[in-house]
Amino acid sequence: MNRNNLSLYIYELAWILPSIAIPVGMLVAITLSAFALGIHLPGAEGRLDPAKLDSTPPFDRPGVRQVGPGRYEAVVIGQIWRFTPNEIRVPAGSEVTFIATSRDVVHGFKIQDTPVNMMLIPGQVSKLTARFERPGEYLLVCHEYCGTGHHVMFGKVVVEPAAQGGSR
Amino acid sequence: MNRAAPASTLENRLAAYYIAIGLLALGIGGLMGVLQALEHAGINLYPYLYPVLASYYHGLTYHGVMMVLVWTTFFISGFLIFVAAHSLGRPLASPGLGKFTFGLMVAGLLLAGWPIATNDATVLFTFYPPMRAHPAFYIGLTLVVVGTWLILLNLVLTYRQWRAQNPGVRTPLPAFMALVTLTMWFIASLGVALEMVAILIPFALGLAPGADPLLARTLFWFTGHPIVYFWLLPAYISWYTMVPRQVGGKLFSDPLARVSFLLFLFLSTPVGLHHQFTDPGVAELWKFLQAIFTFGVFFPSLLTFFNVTASLELGGRARGGRGWLGWIPRLPWSDPSFTAQALAMVLFAFGGIGGLVNASYNVNLVVHNTMWVVGHFHLTVGSGVTLTYMGILYWLVPYLTGRALWSRRLGLIQPWLWLVGMGLMSFVQHWLGLLDMPRRTMVGSAAYLPLRPDWQALLPLVGVGGVLLFVSGLLFFVNMVLTLAASREPAQVEIPAAEALHGPEAGPAVLDRWRPWLTVALALVVLAYGPVLGMLAASAAFNVRGIRVW
Repeated sequence: MNRNNLSLYIYELAWILPSIAIPVGMLVAITLSAFALGIHLPGAEGRLDPAKLDSTPPFDRPGVRQVGPGRYEAVVIGQIWRFTPNEIRVPAGSEVTFIATSRDVVHGFKIQDTPVNMMLIPGQVSKLTARFERPGEYLLVCHEYCGTGHHVMFGKVVVEPAAQGGSR
Repeated sequence: MNRAAPASTLENRLAAYYIAIGLLALGIGGLMGVLQALEHAGINLYPYLYPVLASYYHGLTYHGVMMVLVWTTFFISGFLIFVAAHSLGRPLASPGLGKFTFGLMVAGLLLAGWPIATNDATVLFTFYPPMRAHPAFYIGLTLVVVGTWLILLNLVLTYRQWRAQNPGVRTPLPAFMALVTLTMWFIASLGVALEMVAILIPFALGLAPGADPLLARTLFWFTGHPIVYFWLLPAYISWYTMVPRQVGGKLFSDPLARVSFLLFLFLSTPVGLHHQFTDPGVAELWKFLQAIFTFGVFFPSLLTFFNVTASLELGGRARGGRGWLGWIPRLPWSDPSFTAQALAMVLFAFGGIGGLVNASYNVNLVVHNTMWVVGHFHLTVGSGVTLTYMGILYWLVPYLTGRALWSRRLGLIQPWLWLVGMGLMSFVQHWLGLLDMPRRTMVGSAAYLPLRPDWQALLPLVGVGGVLLFVSGLLFFVNMVLTLAASREPAQVEIPAAEALHGPEAGPAVLDRWRPWLTVALALVVLAYGPVLGMLAASAAFNVRGIRVW
């Protein structure tokens, strides 16, 4: 190998090593943050028959219920072109687990300013948990194309000041 | 190889025909795009377009299908045939197969296009079941995919003929890259092919009681991420093997270029689940595994960034550039082909960085299915890829037609206007995504738009960016049409073929072997997808009935 080729190798190596280190470093940061902060993605929660939702718990009774001190469960059905229920009320400081599915086509489920972002797929159960500290209205939108009325499909999570408490 | 009129070989003719169809799709897609941008800005033109466009989503289906399925695939088909044949210096092994393949792909396109035109396939380019389009839509798209396999077959046969006559010679870099691109795509496209044949076509024909939407999505994204490398690698072929010549320099390192393409062969496919991070029914473990591979596939793009930039620097210095950055202004900024591709690289770099966010297992929750993603792919496929293809066409159309480019000046304004229009539009789209605005939505008419004054303040900028982009596209088309119709000057064009500073013989001979690399590629796919697809198939229930929601 002549001198010229050697210097080319050195340039290449000087780029390749950081090019490996950068993605590896990012991956480590993501892994640590995901597991240290306990951030979860939707996982395998079991299947159901979307034609029989009305007789399949918990989707036979969509709505919000308290499951413990400061802990709520919101069971939501997406269908063209609405969410049932389309308003979810919880007191500030609650931890809410959203359990949702679709009655017909694929829908989206994203709540403003939270990490709740999931797909609703007919036949599958989607589940994510979020804490709501700040009172206010949080927009829930369908973010997957679901037909000509897609842009009217939305709901709200209403977080009430803690003193009032209560659930629907 | 200076000449006024190029030889009318079959390869050149096929390239011209494929690219002409691709350009038609780009034109239709562009018209649809500006309508969407205007709608976002509060100017809803759809009522005036009925029934040509029955709804916003009818236009959106056109936009997606024409841009990312037709424009890309047809340009790539023509370009790779051209590149491989010229780089190996021989005609296609089977001219008959070449013509048949073209006919098959056009037939597939017409079959798929008809129900789109009649509003019977308004399912967007992702066609997620249980939305059910007309069967011709699925059958037509399947034929187009089969056509791409036949192109691979023809090029492999051509390569084997070349190899028999050139034992021990390193495969010319452009041909090597064309073959890797199509081989990667073959592996990747098995997912969507299986989705079509096993799920969607029987479902659309009424032969199956229903579909399994999650299994179908998973097969779709098996193909749906690597398809972006199918679009990107032909642009990289130009950046590696042509642009260095166009700037008067050399490719910095040929072996490093081959390594990066082989890494794309390995890592493009076992990453599709990062589009399904938010899907239920797939365990987090598999999503995480594929997130790791997704970061892996960033590596060959970083190698490309280095190698291409170093090649540009060699060119700029050969043209008298001095100092750390002094080589940049010396690059041939008066050449539309170079300028378009250089600006494509700039926009693509931002797209790549944003893509890391999408790939990030948990951070993805912030941006999934928001306008952020729309901003992202307008920088990648919409700029890095499309603007590069336009840059290629600034020399390839004159080469194929023998007519000089109609206006160099227009060809220089066009990419800069693209940079400004796309820069503005995609920046605002990323921003709106961080503000939770959903993608694939007629947002100007959304029932919840009044609740989001923050979106309303930004949306007009999407319209401004979209219109600038549309004007840029118009300038490109005017230049192409007038080159064909009004250019009187004969073209003085050669196919740019870059030499390498660090040539192919500097790399190990194993880089030219196929079997070990194909084995690694398939093993990674089986590792990343085998268990997931196995579990989904074992529990599959084809019971979700089809529905028309448009």
